[in-house]
Amino acid sequence: MATNGIGVSVRRKEDKRFLIGKGNYTDDINVVGQTYAIFVRSPHAHATINNIDTTDAEAAAGVVAVFTGDDLAADGIAPLICGVTVTSDDGEPHRAPAHPALAQGKVNYVGDHVAIVIAETLAQAKDAAEKVEVDYGILPAVTDTASAADEGQQQIHEAAPNNICFNWPLGDKQAVEAAFASAHKISTLDLVNNRMVTNPMEPRAALGEYNTGTEEITLHLTTQNPHLHRLVLSAFNQLAPEHKLRIVSTDVGGGFGAKIFIYAEELVVGWACRKVNRPVKWTSDRTEAFLSDAHGRDHVTSAEMALDEDGKFLAMRVMTRANVGAYLSTFGTMVPSYLYAFLFAGQYTTPLIYSEVKAVFTNTAPVDASRGAGRPEATFLLERLVDVAAADMGLDPVEIRRRNFIPVDAFPYQTPVVQCYDSGDYNAALDKALALADYDGFGARAEEAKSRGMLRGIGLSSYVEACGIAPSAAVGQLGAGVGLWESAQVRFNPTGNVQVFTGAHSNGQGHETTFAQLITELLGVPIEDVEVIHGDTAKTQFGMGTYGSRSLAVGGVAIAKACEKLIAKGKKIAAHALEAAEGDIEFADGNFTIAGTDKAMNIAEVAFNAYVPHSYPEGLEPGFDENAFFDPLNFSFPAGTHVCEVEVDPDTGVVEIIKYSAVDDFGKLINPMIVEGQVHGGIAHGVGQALLEGCRYDSEGQLITASFMDYAMPRADNVPNFDIDYAPTNPPDNPLGVKGCGEAGAIAAPPAVINAITNALGVKHIDMPATPENVWRAAQGAA
Amino acid sequence: MPVINLRVNGNPVSGEVEARTLLVQFLRDNLRLTGTHVGCDTSQCGACVVLMDGKSVKSCTMLAMMADDCDVTTIEGLANGSELHRMQQAFMDNHGLQCGFCTPGMIMSALDIVERNGNDLDEATIRRELTGNICRCTGYHNIVKAVKAGAKAMGD
Repeated sequence: MATNGIGVSVRRKEDKRFLIGKGNYTDDINVVGQTYAIFVRSPHAHATINNIDTTDAEAAAGVVAVFTGDDLAADGIAPLICGVTVTSDDGEPHRAPAHPALAQGKVNYVGDHVAIVIAETLAQAKDAAEKVEVDYGILPAVTDTASAADEGQQQIHEAAPNNICFNWPLGDKQAVEAAFASAHKISTLDLVNNRMVTNPMEPRAALGEYNTGTEEITLHLTTQNPHLHRLVLSAFNQLAPEHKLRIVSTDVGGGFGAKIFIYAEELVVGWACRKVNRPVKWTSDRTEAFLSDAHGRDHVTSAEMALDEDGKFLAMRVMTRANVGAYLSTFGTMVPSYLYAFLFAGQYTTPLIYSEVKAVFTNTAPVDASRGAGRPEATFLLERLVDVAAADMGLDPVEIRRRNFIPVDAFPYQTPVVQCYDSGDYNAALDKALALADYDGFGARAEEAKSRGMLRGIGLSSYVEACGIAPSAAVGQLGAGVGLWESAQVRFNPTGNVQVFTGAHSNGQGHETTFAQLITELLGVPIEDVEVIHGDTAKTQFGMGTYGSRSLAVGGVAIAKACEKLIAKGKKIAAHALEAAEGDIEFADGNFTIAGTDKAMNIAEVAFNAYVPHSYPEGLEPGFDENAFFDPLNFSFPAGTHVCEVEVDPDTGVVEIIKYSAVDDFGKLINPMIVEGQVHGGIAHGVGQALLEGCRYDSEGQLITASFMDYAMPRADNVPNFDIDYAPTNPPDNPLGVKGCGEAGAIAAPPAVINAITNALGVKHIDMPATPENVWRAAQGAA
Repeated sequence: MPVINLRVNGNPVSGEVEARTLLVQFLRDNLRLTGTHVGCDTSQCGACVVLMDGKSVKSCTMLAMMADDCDVTTIEGLANGSELHRMQQAFMDNHGLQCGFCTPGMIMSALDIVERNGNDLDEATIRRELTGNICRCTGYHNIVKAVKAGAKAMGD
């Protein structure tokens, strides 16, 4: 093993700049002549715009320009798009109402963009924005997911009758009905998957610069996918030709999905900097983030499981209403469909599954991917339903899971819901998790707690997810507008150090370290001689970005492919220099060696020869710089079991997590320290959803949780230390043997926590967030 | 506009500010000390924590004028040349940061926690004291470890 290669918890290369205050986040960038933008946003959830009067604002001190939707349209800037088509049950594509970046005659949620005010200072822009007078004709608002498509509801978009985006069935309805008709037992569960605000700590920002000489727009953005932004802004929004648009995304302060999407502010700032021929900067404040970042989750679901007399799952049926918000965000259709229902088999052999997802428009912020994206929703309903079924059958939750697990010798395993799992050993992870959690000792601990008047509960979540997004052919068949490969370039400099250009953009996950470890392992270059470069379309050739736990599983493999090309070329160069046959050259630990001899050449010397090719193989191109694309053959399927133990105070409803144990299968770990950090963060995100976080609109469409005062983020005293272990299996389709790890915690934790609370209280279900009030009420009902 | 005079990271600085200018805006925009971050607008997240006369304050909730004649320490003022402060080193050694956005505030708060509670900190104390700083990446596990280790190292 290389000193700092695969499997070593190397300290992170990127840490120093963050620790000394030298990170370079988008809002930290300031350019000469910069102006400041403020967006005028709708205070109403649903209204016509009768008139916008910008006269006073334009006359205000320091104002450079004020623009509305008409100005944008007049310049041919096209509306925002949704990138994935879902076919509705009538055979038609999902309904996609126009999504103008600045409103055209109508606003559809609180925070919707009405105008942009650009001024010399931020304070002047804020003052002037107050002077934009908008005459609204207020309409009734639709905010409730469950009833949004009901008869007689207020219509939001003409293009979406009954507020329906799509009705999407999956599976064999008749076969499932037949299985239910002959079942020994049917377990049912109605639940809500609570709406969340993703809330990376760095708010979104955009800084646009236009060069009149080169006619190029440079747009500094908080994004997870600079090249995807460039592609969509060019090809669909007509901002600028792709070769005249540069997206720069330096350090990004967390994304978790919220920074994937192409947002109105980004398009408008990019356009406005050319319009006013001055740099334009916009930085979201936190309230704007609550109002206009895409939200996550927000499902209302009825689920049923049919069981035989042994507790084996015969069939499952799921009916979901999913809120997509006022407009479709970039991947708004994909999350409640393919990323959701394709996971309904979970870790189980359930042979028949039928589901219907009705996606509905409401007068709320657009809903899209948020850490886990569809998979937390699927896992929550499945792992809760399994616990309900266990109770109905009088089986221990562990036992019912074991009876239904896909056996280890059944992989690759074709589920009835499209996905084919490549590898897994679900019993191994469960066994390890139970040992880690001391599951057998729970009874004694519960008794002890009872003696203090407290209620202890323990809950399991055995999840599988599909990430490493994604095989292009598969997502293309499903309606995606893009391929989902990743690209890499590995460039030796003549002096022997290495620059790695990756399209997988880090938002804090430590790519600069993990990817450097790959180079150290594969090419034998010391880690301090490796620099990983990302987040700039002018530097990195191409990329699809970071989301769906894909950076290593897809982007890492692209780097490995480029390394293979370098080694192949290096053998030719070394063979020539060492006067040996190419076939006799072996490469290991950074050295090209003539097999069976001690004659060798280090890869740094080979790189030098490639750039100073005075004595060089005839016909071989100079240079030591290779690029590669990798398109995965399959999704990646991390899995595992998480066990949560809670103590509930029945007098106050306060839930304390006493112990949280997680055993995951992520395949091979490159940097265990970083992986553990990803798991910690994911679990805390999931605990946040389970206990604290709930995004609420009132019936008029006002967001009543629009700040950290009203929306409860998990804090240091809400979570315990976590006990983490692994039960790896080898994914045969991934050349590095890796699976994604960034979302697992957020997927597994909510049902583990809620299963523990229902176990403590002896109730069938409690909706998230299980706040003290909700838990206290449930405890009263159970008593 | 009023002029304020103060010391930032040991250096005397002065500047014209509007009455409504926040301390964090003065640090970031006037002095270009962008290590101090703004993560919210309700004094909740703690990304903007700096030390004023040795005590932690949320610089988004103070007017710049209130710092007149004070000593302000920001994240940029901790390292000694290329040598990290022991609390900074502890965050690196314990993987107490991911995206790095909350990190400056976490570290400045940690110094204040050590100042008030000493070098031998238990987990419960650290968790209670850190409730004014929000992190979305780490789940706090490694931040708590880092603060404990950093506090201890500061006493050695």
